[in-house]
Amino acid sequence: MKNIKYLLLRRVSQFTILFLYFGANAYGWHMLEGTFGASRLFGFIPLSDPYMVIQVLASGFVLGVDVLLGALIIILFYMIVGGRAFCSWVCPINMVTDLANWLRRKLNLDKEEINYRFIKRRARYWIMVLGIIVSAVVGVAAFEVLSPITIMQRGIIFGFGAGIAVVIAIFLFDLFGIKNGWCGHLCPLGATYSIIGKTSLIRVDHNHENCTNCMDCKVVCPENQVLYMINKESIMVTDGECTNCGRCIDVCNDDALEFNIRNFIKK
Amino acid sequence: MADSNNNRRKFMATTLQSVGLTALGGLLWSGYSDEVKASPLVLRPPAAIEEEDFLKACIKCGLCAEACVNRDSNKNTDGSQRDGTLIMAKGGDHKMIGTPFFIPTEIPCYMCDDIPCVPVCPSGALDMKSVLNKENELDINLARMGLAVVHKESCVAFWGIQCDACYRACPIQGEAITIEHQKNDRTGKHAFLLPIVHSDICTGCGLCEKACITEEPAIFVLPVEEATGRAGNHYVKGWDMKDQLRVKDAKEIHTVDERSDKKASDYLNMEVEY
Repeated sequence: MKNIKYLLLRRVSQFTILFLYFGANAYGWHMLEGTFGASRLFGFIPLSDPYMVIQVLASGFVLGVDVLLGALIIILFYMIVGGRAFCSWVCPINMVTDLANWLRRKLNLDKEEINYRFIKRRARYWIMVLGIIVSAVVGVAAFEVLSPITIMQRGIIFGFGAGIAVVIAIFLFDLFGIKNGWCGHLCPLGATYSIIGKTSLIRVDHNHENCTNCMDCKVVCPENQVLYMINKESIMVTDGECTNCGRCIDVCNDDALEFNIRNFIKK
Repeated sequence: MADSNNNRRKFMATTLQSVGLTALGGLLWSGYSDEVKASPLVLRPPAAIEEEDFLKACIKCGLCAEACVNRDSNKNTDGSQRDGTLIMAKGGDHKMIGTPFFIPTEIPCYMCDDIPCVPVCPSGALDMKSVLNKENELDINLARMGLAVVHKESCVAFWGIQCDACYRACPIQGEAITIEHQKNDRTGKHAFLLPIVHSDICTGCGLCEKACITEEPAIFVLPVEEATGRAGNHYVKGWDMKDQLRVKDAKEIHTVDERSDKKASDYLNMEVEY
């Protein structure tokens, strides 16, 4: 049980959030209404997707105050508390890509060295900027016409239709294409949260005294470049690309990894 | 030296590749986005702003659709929920994905007095001001979701058969659709009772389309843009004092082009080539 603690917590978090969204439409609940684009928490706190807001503003429309305030609340939350936790604790696509990634390991696909190296992890930042440019040129929030995240979320709330194809496509891409291809290389929303979450307080902390160099953490980590300090230095994972998923903590049998609060004051 | 040359070449190549792939992605992405937003025959919720702006503004949150389906008036007699009017476009609907729309033949807009779908819109895609009357109250009759159009050839009332289903279904009865009486010369003893839609009153709710008895509705709602023409500013109604005022201070303008040196009778009789 110990080595799936955070995995379970994350699934509970993802399912609870999606169920509240689902209930808002199906049963008229007022806990969490809307979709990631814009939501209302408890019927009055606005929340909205900062990347979506940037795209709409780029397309030339001045959004309502509620949406802007909602984006600000979300930015502050992830900036101070969550880091890139949206990706691993909220986003439904995470469950799809986690499944693909798990199957990759089971099917030994990683060992086969199918390596499409022309897509690098930093591609997502290019895509993020590109999305804003395309929004400005075409006059419509560009990522939203194909975002598997909101397509999947709306699918769960309002029914999928042919939109399920996008979710399957992401699954196949991550399974047979690039390892962590969507979440770790392409997703511009993940890129946005990587930047926003850089300063967050909750961080994975590495204790190199305890580490036995088994590298289990690097195997499960979807962004394993952030774990460069493993068995080298006792420092925190401060890279914004860490999704705070806690899988590394789950799989570590040596108590070398733990969540901790970042201390900006003592240095 | 050779090494640094190599490095520079490699750096140039990867930079070029990144820029190139980004440009490729940008072109594909722009083309795709531009195509998917082109679906003019779509009916939006009440108070929706102009389609071009609506596509920018709608943040695809679905709060309007949730308010629509969960409104108090949307219950069966046993208390169970009915489907809502507003549909969030999904893959396969061939509408801009994630935006709300409705299909009158499935579920028309029932024109709730409190318009639950509009005030919840956080982004400004649904503009509450456009459905506020002079007393600053919500007034659904001000909504312009579309405009009902009658296809005379398939409307049985135009055949001389008595049908006023659309007239009776209309929530602004006797105003948005009126019945015009005309003599039926074929029989000589009956009258035509013809439904006439008045575009200044019709909200485009689609209840008429839903009620229409023909196999394919003979009265149907189109987006206002698609269902209306425009005479243009250069027509001035000589019999209308107010319209006359528009040209009170007009000055004479002489347009000179290739046709100007010809007489009107000459160029009107030429082959069409202007």
